[in-house]
Amino acid sequence: MNAFNTILILAVAFLAVFGEAAFPGLRHLLGAQVDLLPALMVCAALNTEIVTVALLAVFGGLWFDALSANPLGITILPLFIIGFVVCSRRDLILRGLPFAQIVLGTIASAAVPALTVLFLLTGGREPLLGWGSLWQWLVMTAGGAVATPVIFALFDWCNHALGYQPRTEISFRSDREIHRGRRK
Amino acid sequence: MFKQKHYLALGAVTLVAMLIFSLPPSAVARLKLTVGSLFLPLFGLVNTAQQLPVAAADAILPRRELLQQVENLRRENEQLKVLALQTGATSRENDQLRSLVGWQRQVPWKLKLANVVMRDPANWWRTVEIDLGTRDGVTENLPVLTADGLVGRVSSAGLTRSQVVLIGDPNCKASALVENPAHDIGIINASGPLDNSLVELTYLSGSANLKPGQNVITSGLGGIFPKGIPIGLVVDSRPVEFGLYTEARVKLSANLGALEQVWVLLP
Repeated sequence: MNAFNTILILAVAFLAVFGEAAFPGLRHLLGAQVDLLPALMVCAALNTEIVTVALLAVFGGLWFDALSANPLGITILPLFIIGFVVCSRRDLILRGLPFAQIVLGTIASAAVPALTVLFLLTGGREPLLGWGSLWQWLVMTAGGAVATPVIFALFDWCNHALGYQPRTEISFRSDREIHRGRRK
Repeated sequence: MFKQKHYLALGAVTLVAMLIFSLPPSAVARLKLTVGSLFLPLFGLVNTAQQLPVAAADAILPRRELLQQVENLRRENEQLKVLALQTGATSRENDQLRSLVGWQRQVPWKLKLANVVMRDPANWWRTVEIDLGTRDGVTENLPVLTADGLVGRVSSAGLTRSQVVLIGDPNCKASALVENPAHDIGIINASGPLDNSLVELTYLSGSANLKPGQNVITSGLGGIFPKGIPIGLVVDSRPVEFGLYTEARVKLSANLGALEQVWVLLP
């Protein structure tokens, strides 16, 4: 497992949760705050091992719930379910295509809040729901869909710029060069 | 397709979630505050960054403008002093009358200013976090208000910060009184998730005669909010459940979308 990727994903998750809580500009503009954790989970599930997916679900969920009125730990399972499914089927997904990334981001960003609200209702909580929640759900889904390819591009760039790049071996070796003709 | 490693991860994550859910509420609250405090340096950084342009603007403000502001504030201060004298006299008279009738004396409000540091990242709650905690005397269920009106109540208090559940959230209900001849009393309830300037006033009597523009204040019933905090103005009303009771929409006096500083009403 590449520890750099895991650390990078957790750091981005931490900053994403902080940004959602500290900058409510999008909420004033569109009436809903976009959650970046599902998009990040898709990226982690397609590019890293299941351990990273599990760590992102646990830490991302805990950080999100700690800053929200959610019961602590309620976001862990929805995030992990999405990560688990995507990670298990990633051999069948063309992960390099932006279209696939957008589709997966859409599904994840729609499923995570829906599952979280479902768990909240199952646990006897009373979240603020109404017809306006549909609009919020659409904004979260669209926001997550747009954010997913951006996050993929960001990780590609970070990996390229900061990550370990194995040196490519070339077949040419100067000590085995065959010199044609007579030696001088 | 599913490897053994996947099953192990699934089991581990489920176990962690179950462990957290099975913790006692006090331990969960402590854990939540501990995890949340990891973000404090970042919030401090953002606060400092937000103060920088303000400080820079203050530094380049012309002297004439500053003198004008000082003059305005001096005038306002004089007016407020006169008003305080009048209010003091009224308060003393009120105390004398209360003692004559044998009623309990009204205790003046003790307020503490707090900065709003963050908003709930989830769309299905309406809460904010303030930078006052138990070390400042803040405890659960203390009312929070602005100069315009009621904002909410403290839902949980940590050492240095507290969570405030705003009015309009399903977890913040308040008994409200309409300032009309009948003094109708109802319950301020959750509103829609999109518009945070409107709340529902429910369980008013079927014969309640509400008119748009009537003031709504806290009734003092319920034990959390003292009487007389402005909540908002009646927008419209309608009979529900075949006229069994009345519901009204109330436009909140406080602007919950632009909260920067709030007052916590200490006991």
